[in-house]
Amino acid sequence: MQKRVLIDSAQFLLIIDRLCHQLIEHHKNFENSVIIGVQPRGIMLSNRIAERLREIAPKLNILHGKLDITFYRDDFRLKGKPMTANETDIPFSLDDKQVILIDDVLYTGRTIRSALDAMLDFGRPKDVELLVLVDRRLHRHLPIEANYVGKVIDSITTEKVKVNWKETDGKDKIWIVNE
Amino acid sequence: MSGLSQRHLIAIKDLEKSDIQLIFDTAKNFKEVLQRPIKKVPSLRDITIANLFFEDSTRTRISFELAEKRLSADTINFSASGSSVKKGETLLDTVNNILAMKVDMVVMRHSSSGAPQFLSKHIPAQIINAGDGTHEHPTQGLLDGYSVLEQFGSLKGLNYLIIGDIKHSRVAGSDIPLMLKMGAKVKVCGPPTLIPKYIEELGVSCEPNLKKALEWCDVANVLRIQLERMDTKFIPSLREYSLYYGVNRALLDSINKNITIMHPGPINRGVELDSDVADSKQSLILQQVENGVAIRMAVLYLLAGRV
Repeated sequence: MQKRVLIDSAQFLLIIDRLCHQLIEHHKNFENSVIIGVQPRGIMLSNRIAERLREIAPKLNILHGKLDITFYRDDFRLKGKPMTANETDIPFSLDDKQVILIDDVLYTGRTIRSALDAMLDFGRPKDVELLVLVDRRLHRHLPIEANYVGKVIDSITTEKVKVNWKETDGKDKIWIVNE
Repeated sequence: MSGLSQRHLIAIKDLEKSDIQLIFDTAKNFKEVLQRPIKKVPSLRDITIANLFFEDSTRTRISFELAEKRLSADTINFSASGSSVKKGETLLDTVNNILAMKVDMVVMRHSSSGAPQFLSKHIPAQIINAGDGTHEHPTQGLLDGYSVLEQFGSLKGLNYLIIGDIKHSRVAGSDIPLMLKMGAKVKVCGPPTLIPKYIEELGVSCEPNLKKALEWCDVANVLRIQLERMDTKFIPSLREYSLYYGVNRALLDSINKNITIMHPGPINRGVELDSDVADSKQSLILQQVENGVAIRMAVLYLLAGRV
């Protein structure tokens, strides 16, 4: 097994900063915008983005929700075992909101497809954008693209991209692992 | 990420503690789904479920049907009255004919104990027991456990009392193993004719005096007097039963403790439980019904992962 660090913690913080500034550039005062993290790994990123946005612009009122997509997956039963769900917490209506959907890695696009389905059960947003930390652009199964990308990584299917978080793994890092 | 250890849900006694915990955790997620503007998820949209009710039911049938619809499953309903069962068709023939129409899961209630167990050995579909005779009613046991868990945060060390007709009660049959597996202490209370012999073998103690039993417990589950299952006289009269084993306001006020009251429904008001107790804040009865849908969604969802 080969491991390679693609992004270390200094670069990691710069990427988060850049993504936050891009969001502010597009959404200005966040009056009608909300951010939704996709469970489980997208929550780490959406927490970090929300926290950094509040530091950069303390006056912003940022609505932040968590979305679990387990019950909407298209591979339920294919893996042989049902998948245990995580918490969904969207304490506001998404009707006419500009939603920024957040996940850590965009790979086949199937997670985001499920997330779009799940999200529509909470209202009809005005528009939806996608923010990801890593875009593995060569392996998409569905026509889904991200609006804000931390880092584009060209990888092969036998490789795995792993994101480590300060909060859970001790250090912010993006790895590529070849098994 | 692991699933249930069983392919069917026939009885609580077949389940591991981790299975029960998994069902509770999943039910919590489904309870949140039921609060949403659109109370429905597409998980079981490729599954067909037959609800076979060979015995009457209101709550359980509606609760299962709603749970199936909230999971987007296709459902067919069957009740013994008005069917070919009346013409003498056997249980196995009836079910095999229904399964020939490509059904994945069967929810079954039957007046004979062991009927779902029997079917599980002869048919390929997954079976969920919705009450068999005087044996078990596992989803009721699970929703009782879940409702108590919500109220108290944990079942461990809790004193759980079951009052009434223990002998004929499938609710007691499921509640007892569930509560014991989850670390609660269980006592039963009722007329000696309605307490099964050797009940102590289950790890349960018996207290014939209602007031003493209530003083001991944190939660009291009051069972219905099931006259339809009593072929001989087990109690002299309903009035006498009510006098000795009926739970009323005066009795609850006389003990120095605020206990939680449960009832699996339907209530014989004024017999085993008085209205002013059933409708009070101490009662969990409506929460039990609400949690029933989430628990049944969890069971169906987790079993469907093994279709």
